[in-house]
Amino acid sequence: MIQIDSLTKDYGVTRALDGVSFTVNSGEILGLLGPNGAGKTTTMRIVTGYLTPTAGSVRVQEMDVAKNPLAVKRLIGYLPEFAPLYADMVVYDYLQYVGAVRRIEPQHRGKRIRAMTDLCGLGDVIHRPFRELSRGYKQRVGLAHAMLSDPDILILDEPTSGLDPNQIVEIRAIIKEAGREKTVIFSTHILSEAESTCDRIVIINRGRVVADGTADVVKARAVSGMVVRLALLDAPLDEVQRHLREVPGVNRVQRVLNAPLPVAGALVVDVNCLQPNLRELYAAIKRRDWVVAGLNSEGHSLEDTFRELTGAVEHDAAAEEAS
Amino acid sequence: MSPAFFRVVTRELRAAFGSPVAYIVIVIFLTVTGWFFFTPFFLNGRADLREFFRLLPMTLGLVVPAVTMRVFSEEFSTGSYEVLTTLPMTRFDVLLGKFTGSLLFILLMLVPTLAYPIIVASLGDLDAGPVVGGYVGAVLLAALYCSVGLFASALTKNQIVAFIIGLALCAFLVLIDKVLFFIPAGLTGVLQYLGADFHFRNVAKGVLDSRDVVYFVSAALVALYATNLVVEKRI
Repeated sequence: MIQIDSLTKDYGVTRALDGVSFTVNSGEILGLLGPNGAGKTTTMRIVTGYLTPTAGSVRVQEMDVAKNPLAVKRLIGYLPEFAPLYADMVVYDYLQYVGAVRRIEPQHRGKRIRAMTDLCGLGDVIHRPFRELSRGYKQRVGLAHAMLSDPDILILDEPTSGLDPNQIVEIRAIIKEAGREKTVIFSTHILSEAESTCDRIVIINRGRVVADGTADVVKARAVSGMVVRLALLDAPLDEVQRHLREVPGVNRVQRVLNAPLPVAGALVVDVNCLQPNLRELYAAIKRRDWVVAGLNSEGHSLEDTFRELTGAVEHDAAAEEAS
Repeated sequence: MSPAFFRVVTRELRAAFGSPVAYIVIVIFLTVTGWFFFTPFFLNGRADLREFFRLLPMTLGLVVPAVTMRVFSEEFSTGSYEVLTTLPMTRFDVLLGKFTGSLLFILLMLVPTLAYPIIVASLGDLDAGPVVGGYVGAVLLAALYCSVGLFASALTKNQIVAFIIGLALCAFLVLIDKVLFFIPAGLTGVLQYLGADFHFRNVAKGVLDSRDVVYFVSAALVALYATNLVVEKRI
């Protein structure tokens, strides 16, 4: 169990983390999401003891990281972003070295290395220097390095970034497998990955936690209700916006510019409804002479939620207004 | 010492011998010292190693920064320092391991020069005192230069910059007691005491004075402490 309590981290005058708190339960896979520079890596670095926070504390299995750094480091297997391992070392030697530093008994070390080689598919590269490996293999060696001593906690910083789709699926499978008995924190940009792999999601934006919960809870927390996408003919945008906003429950009507058009010249808008209120919405449309060329309603995707929570939506709206 | 310390030492030695820089440096060192030692040796016709030890602070000052330049700067530039510090070992394991690894490398490099006293002893009557003193001094000097070199390496991600800073610091330690006539009289005593060459000459005479040993040990510790501060600040 990892308890992160109001972490704050300043780099000079820049505040990278501003009171980040969340808890990761044992045996849980937690996905840490957020735009670039949101503070994901900083959070992970503080948990692993690489950085010391400006304020706040991290407790790993009831031990304070600041007070028991060595004991905590023994519990954690950590893969930094880009897997920066020793480039000059042969993969096998490197794993031997990590095994020795992590005090795996010499007689078990070989067995563990073999197990990791099989799990991460390193058979072909085990006798090659790290620097010669492709991006995907480097990442896999990094995973093997993190899991070698069978630690209770795995912290993986963007383990799938820069990999091809096949490799992503393989690594995701490894993480899922490991997550059966271990506590895993991993960060990613790929939201579908977080949705399919994680038990819980924490979204960080500008150094603050903006959402925490299962994928469904996070989605519901951000925007309740639904989105109705309408394609209308003979309907001026400002009139549509004005008219539909008056419908109870509708909180935003936004033009979608890059949507496929069912009919040439159609106006496509997304109507965000706080409560699903299709009857009133439809009645409102009926009162006008607009031709409905398309209508479909859907729940929010994690992408929408992410964009909403991390402020990209307002940014888009502002850009739209400016244009 | 913890097992992690020994792992860092072996890893450092392997890394040093795994790169061509090590062999180039060893060859240059042995060629330069051999050349400068044996060229005047037969002209002087004296069975001693004075010439070898006279130049040693200079040659080591050139060679040690080349060996230590990659130690921290490479870790910082590739990001592997993050991996290193999140493994279960302390900062002191890392620092002392890296220091010991570099020092062992330099000492291994000095081993072939033991041929010189053996050759000289076979040619004439060699006084063992200055030779033993010279090698003790060489070990102390190498330790000081290694810690200064580590400090330089911790300052930057660029190995070349680390080398030049290390070279400048070592040159300062060698040359400071040779430029004393430019310096106000009141400061000469202090600056002379700071000079590594000054203390090395004393030890190389075969006189092991505690003042010289205290100088080398304390100066090396100061440099290691400074390295520790710099490393901590870099993260």
